[in-house]
Amino acid sequence: MEWIMAVAVGVLFMIGVYLILSKSLLRIILGTSLLTHGVHLLLLTMAGLKRGAAPVLGSGGDAYADPLPQALILTSIVISFGVTALYFVLAYRAYQTRGTDEIDAADEVRGGEEES
Amino acid sequence: MLHAAILLPFLWAALIPLMKGLPRIHPGWAVLPVPAALFVFFIGLLPRTRSGEGVFASIPWMPGLGIDLSLVLDGWSLLFVLLITGIGALVVWYSVFYMGKGMESLRSFYVYLLMFMGSMLGVVLSDNLMVLYAFWELTSVASFLLIAFWYRRERSRYGALKSMLITVFGGLAMFAGFNLLYVMTGSYSIREIAAQAADLAGHSLFLPAMILVLLGAFTKSAQFPFHIWLPDAMEAPTPVSAYLHSATMVKAGLYLVARMSPVFAGASEWFWIVSLTGLATLLYGSFKAIKQTDLKALLAYSTISQLGLIMCLLGVGSASAFFPGTVQGVFFGLATTAAVFHLINHAVFKGSLFMVVGIVDHEANTRDLRNLGGLMRLMPVTFAIALIGSFSMAGLPPFAGFLSKEMFFAAMVNIRNFSSAGAESWMILFAILAWAASVFTFVYSLILVFKTFGGKLQREKLDNIPHEASVGLLAAPVLLVLLAVFFAIIPNGLAYALIDPAAAAVNGAGLTASEAHVSIHFWHGWTPELFMTLGVVLLGVVLYRTYTRFRLLDREWNGRDTFNRLYNGLLKLLESGGRRGTDLYMTGSVRRYLIYILLFLVAAVGGTLVFSPGVRFGMDNYAPITFYEVGLVIVMLVSAAAVPFARSRVNAILFTGSVGYMVTVLFLIFRAPDLALTQMIVETVSVILFLLCFKYLPKLKKDRTEKPTFKWLNLIVAAAVGVTVTLVALAAMGSSPFEPISEYFLEESYESAGGKNVVNVILVDFRGFDTLFEIMVLGIASLGIYGMTKLGVKTAPDPEAAGKAAMRKQGFPLVSSDVVLRTLSKVIVLIIITFSLYLFFAGHNNPGGGFIAALMTASALILLAVSFGMDTVRRVIRVDYRLMTATGLTIAILTASGSFLFGFPFLSHAFGHFHLPILGDTELATAVLFDLGVYLAVVGVVMNIIFTIKGED
Repeated sequence: MEWIMAVAVGVLFMIGVYLILSKSLLRIILGTSLLTHGVHLLLLTMAGLKRGAAPVLGSGGDAYADPLPQALILTSIVISFGVTALYFVLAYRAYQTRGTDEIDAADEVRGGEEES
Repeated sequence: MLHAAILLPFLWAALIPLMKGLPRIHPGWAVLPVPAALFVFFIGLLPRTRSGEGVFASIPWMPGLGIDLSLVLDGWSLLFVLLITGIGALVVWYSVFYMGKGMESLRSFYVYLLMFMGSMLGVVLSDNLMVLYAFWELTSVASFLLIAFWYRRERSRYGALKSMLITVFGGLAMFAGFNLLYVMTGSYSIREIAAQAADLAGHSLFLPAMILVLLGAFTKSAQFPFHIWLPDAMEAPTPVSAYLHSATMVKAGLYLVARMSPVFAGASEWFWIVSLTGLATLLYGSFKAIKQTDLKALLAYSTISQLGLIMCLLGVGSASAFFPGTVQGVFFGLATTAAVFHLINHAVFKGSLFMVVGIVDHEANTRDLRNLGGLMRLMPVTFAIALIGSFSMAGLPPFAGFLSKEMFFAAMVNIRNFSSAGAESWMILFAILAWAASVFTFVYSLILVFKTFGGKLQREKLDNIPHEASVGLLAAPVLLVLLAVFFAIIPNGLAYALIDPAAAAVNGAGLTASEAHVSIHFWHGWTPELFMTLGVVLLGVVLYRTYTRFRLLDREWNGRDTFNRLYNGLLKLLESGGRRGTDLYMTGSVRRYLIYILLFLVAAVGGTLVFSPGVRFGMDNYAPITFYEVGLVIVMLVSAAAVPFARSRVNAILFTGSVGYMVTVLFLIFRAPDLALTQMIVETVSVILFLLCFKYLPKLKKDRTEKPTFKWLNLIVAAAVGVTVTLVALAAMGSSPFEPISEYFLEESYESAGGKNVVNVILVDFRGFDTLFEIMVLGIASLGIYGMTKLGVKTAPDPEAAGKAAMRKQGFPLVSSDVVLRTLSKVIVLIIITFSLYLFFAGHNNPGGGFIAALMTASALILLAVSFGMDTVRRVIRVDYRLMTATGLTIAILTASGSFLFGFPFLSHAFGHFHLPILGDTELATAVLFDLGVYLAVVGVVMNIIFTIKGED
């Protein structure tokens, strides 16, 4: 099971990265969502899958699944929710002010003196 | 005490800006006590350096790195300390009269000056090389600020930058040299390194270290060819030139060379590099000085040449290390004594001359020799000062400069006896070149005095008729020239108190102060030195009479200089090259940068995985695979793969949501009920948010503008990242070099925290700090969303977008007209809220908890909003969600800090089991209170986000 998940995580990352590298803001945001899913599954998979019961004491058996990745992922889910919401609004505002939801090389942040 | 002495100027500098309320007093008066008091303090330490015991004080700073604030005061340091504080006091006095009271930035002038004073004291007192380096660079910074004091002038900025670049370049080289010394000896302490000097000589890093250290010294002391910064530094106010750029800072290089002599002196390379560089600088500087028309430029080149003279003497003095304990050794040691003596003399006469030039500039409003002349009658006292100072510089009796000049000649003549190189006949060149330089020195000294004060007054070229300066302005230079005479009268007293201990310190452990003692007299008989001086005077007078015929005067003094051109060219090359190089990869495209980052990730992580030993991919006991799990994974991947191909926004959003739900089910299968619950609700709320935001955007088009090749690149990068992550996952499974800490949580969860749901206990108790910050991040994100939506909305002139914005205002777009939904939702919402309350209380022992309960409640409210419209919900449930977030955060923080009251660390929780009427055996923990904070905060954040995006408030 673990190697299937490893491959699945890799594919999620690949699609996520591909989306992030595109121009449309929506696709970028969806890409981060997929990346987040990939990270969560990666964390869970690294600890080993289906080893013992859910980490609620007294729910049966001696062995429990590793609770630490789960706690990390729980934190991450909520944080990424907040961040994604922020992205949405950012993209929405960008659309409102610029009339497009695509980032263009010409409009992108340019380093150097021209900006100031 | 030594530490306090260094600290005092810095502390005082911090106080100076507070003087703003007292505009009537010149801030210089407030500064003056500092150098004066320090001077008296250090004079009091004179007996201890004379006896050779010195003063040592150390405060540990970074003992692990071998860096301590250890300070040493020996004869050599004392000499510098007295120069810094003594000349410092005079310069501050002089500046009070020189710098007008009305200048607004006068206070910052003194702040810089005090900063320089403190750091310069630090340089000459530090025994630790790292501390010395830090102070060394601080003097460069102070010098930069002071040169650029009139920063509105182009030339000031140019000069400041030039001095900074060159001295910092040298400083960095020196830093590298210091570290090489550390590598060789394992110590940053100069004394400890010097103690190991004998073992160092054969080391392969010895020569590189020496050259690097010398680079630092040569750039700081303006040695050829790094001298070019000093003439441009003359843009500084004249008191600064007198203080930093002739008396103290430029001598830091000399200080360092002498200080490192005990370490390096045994090597012949040291002798050759130091003495030849000094000699070249001496000759070049004195020759260039003659050609100057600006008085300060003349003094600058004169300073360069005099620094070269002292450097050369220090190099020759180091030869005594070749003849330890012999007559010759003592004889070469005489060069060191001459160097010390001349260093004092130079500080005295050059300080006075700079002040004279400042006075002339002040009174006549020009420093140009072509416009000056005949000031002798108008300014007799100034003339007298200039005369004494110049004659001392020219090496004429009966002034102190004569004595050190004679000693210099003696050392140069004596160098013939340096036989280790086997080139005795060439050694006579030292004496010849030194003599030639002295002729030039004599000539420019005459130019300085007689072109300014002699001849006819050129009234038509001056703005006003100069007058004699005020007593205050004259006091400092008068004191200095009196010293020049005084030293000439009692040279041996000076030698006893200052020169001998200093020379002894430079020569290292071999000599004590009394052994280094040299009796100084005016009359030695008809020695070669005396004939050399006579020759200097004769030829010098002839040259002075005739030099205008060589048309040396009408040349511009800057810009044609080869080294300046080189510096300017290099600087330009560096700028344009840097810009071109940066433009090559910093294209301004965010996607480009992302690709760099991702490729770095692939190279760093992937490379490490592949090449580091002991990484094993995969494991032995995989969990069993079932049919439906594989099905789930396939559905998930297909949904994900569909996202890039989706033609409409809504489809793309829904595909992403589908991935999320598949992840939810996987969480459930992988024994993570809390995660599954959370993920499910978050996914639902997210999809609603997505749709809310993007309903009105134009239809998703394929990115036609992008070139297909670029997309291929994207795909390759994406694939590489995917493969790397897969490898990471497999490697993490295969190799676990450390014991996981999870067992601890499983064991302690019930014992220490009284909760059975280990995940929840980790969140609110073991790792409660993370959670506290997490809800803060959420709060900040919701405020950011609020700010972006509500504040300063500027709509694009695009009429389409404007129309959409108007539509947006008409009402909630997702209000359902479905009667069944509206009827059912009333019931369902009640059920959901009850269930969320259950989840909240169950959280500590069963799946659930603050986060999940909060998301559940929020989703119930969103359902209500979808059914009845936002406005209805707002009217019925009158809650300020921002206030709710704030309340939640406050509760969480208060609960967390509550443990302070009982003397426990932040976020310690208490718990107990109680028997309550309806609920039965209930466990109450303060962790629940913390969870309540989390609950309120998260509900507030989610609702705030939803309502804000909806655009109704």
